[in-house]
Amino acid sequence: MKQQLFEQQYRASWEHFEQQLEALEKHGHKHADSLRSFTANYRQICQLLALAQERQYSPYLIDHLNELALRGHQHFYRRNGNVLYNTVQFILWGFPAAIRREHRFVWLGVALFFIPALVMGVLTYLDPNMVYTVYPHEAVKNFSEMYNPANQKEFSENRGSPDDMKMFGYYIRNNIGIGFQTFASGLLLGVGAVFNLLFNGVAIGSVAGYLTELGHNETFWPFVIGHGAFELTAIAIAGGAGLKLGYGLLAPGRLSRKQSLIKAGREAMPLVYGVFFFLLIAAFLEAFWSSSSTLPVATKLWAGGCLWLLALSYLCLGVRRGSR
Amino acid sequence: MLDTYRKLETPENIDLDIHIAGPLVRSQAFLVDSLIKSVIQVIASIALVVFGDTGMGMLLIFTFALEWFYPVLFEVLNHGQTPGKRVMQIAVVNDDNTPVGWSPSIIRNFLRIVDFLPMNYVAGLVCMTVNKDFKRIGDLAAGTVVIYREKKKPAPELPVTRTTPPPIALTVAEQRAILGFAERHRSLTPERQQELANHLEPVLHKRDQAAVDTLFRMASWLRGGR
Repeated sequence: MKQQLFEQQYRASWEHFEQQLEALEKHGHKHADSLRSFTANYRQICQLLALAQERQYSPYLIDHLNELALRGHQHFYRRNGNVLYNTVQFILWGFPAAIRREHRFVWLGVALFFIPALVMGVLTYLDPNMVYTVYPHEAVKNFSEMYNPANQKEFSENRGSPDDMKMFGYYIRNNIGIGFQTFASGLLLGVGAVFNLLFNGVAIGSVAGYLTELGHNETFWPFVIGHGAFELTAIAIAGGAGLKLGYGLLAPGRLSRKQSLIKAGREAMPLVYGVFFFLLIAAFLEAFWSSSSTLPVATKLWAGGCLWLLALSYLCLGVRRGSR
Repeated sequence: MLDTYRKLETPENIDLDIHIAGPLVRSQAFLVDSLIKSVIQVIASIALVVFGDTGMGMLLIFTFALEWFYPVLFEVLNHGQTPGKRVMQIAVVNDDNTPVGWSPSIIRNFLRIVDFLPMNYVAGLVCMTVNKDFKRIGDLAAGTVVIYREKKKPAPELPVTRTTPPPIALTVAEQRAILGFAERHRSLTPERQQELANHLEPVLHKRDQAAVDTLFRMASWLRGGR
């Protein structure tokens, strides 16, 4: 069949298909009533393209049909999800399930984060000068004054609710950023994630040890215990997700390195969503709950303990559902 | 075909041509996006600073969202195109040319910080130049690729002539070349048309404008005109 005849016979069908595509691209899937024939039309376009390629019709015609088929392909194979449903489902059982599935990496992240924190905490408690191996002089002076019970009264009077909002923004930007970075840097064969975990572990441990030794217990521990339940676990999990990414690149097993990386990334994503979720909670708690100085110390410690129990039992027990 | 085209076999058993976007056009899109982001950042700062500390907090949250989610939101909700990519007529799609979802888009954009190493996207650029699909590290991990999505070109005007059958039997590739020549005649100067047509002197036994006209007539005949 010559090209002119071909165009005469089929021009109407591809023009119709093009209109359908335009309607889809403009209004999305909900408005297009004329979509019933989309599948059949898409198949026809594919067939026409194959014919045109086989018969070597002119480049413009082939390009045009190719473009239509590409656009049709995009719509036909679109994976649509209900974002709200997926989010709820993820929070209810997706996240704990992902933790269970990746428990080896998560445990590794936990170990690399909490062990250095613990060791450094004990060492700094025994010898407060250790803190200067991690922080410069100025910073030490800053945080020991911040948590000094003598300054605490003045500190709390100066800090109203707008300040809480400011700190909320600060925690979101800073802490969630660190979480995401810990994950992403894992791609460097895991080295970045290990570094981030160790560094943060050592930094947090030494502050805790130093302030405890100074006797600022009444200000420091009630402040950190509540949001720590979500923040510290989230950092460890982010590290685990990063380690998974690095491991996928380092030890692809029977897959190609590229495929292995894609697979690792896909499987690590639920952990990253979970980290985001946990760090949002942590930032909220840190800004609006931990900073409140009107609550008695005992209440904050009790509530903090409950939050730890809640976070850990959610992660370890979570709702189990089939083999998901 | 140039080597920036890829064949993609679909479940319908056809080969689609995909035109991969290279580092240059992608950097240009990135620059446009950076510019837009800075402008938004400045406007937001001015608008929110009047609300004091509360505004400061909102600004920080906004900055966080802009830093991490600007490309993600646009890529997922706007057919794979950030504003910069739209200007440059490129788009992100999955390797199988399906629209990117949340996970691939988040992976490829969060891994920007690895692509950025050691400075100014050197790692990403090196990665792009050593693999055949111009993928940066984030693209490799997410299984995504950046392709051209050009606006539709108007149908070419064909020269109106009588028809002439070719003097010898032509292969399909040769037929296609002649059709392509006729379709592109508007974008070629008459001198260039003649220069190209003169290559066929041994076959057509004509030169310059006469050869060009013969080719146009052959193209018309090949299309099926009478």
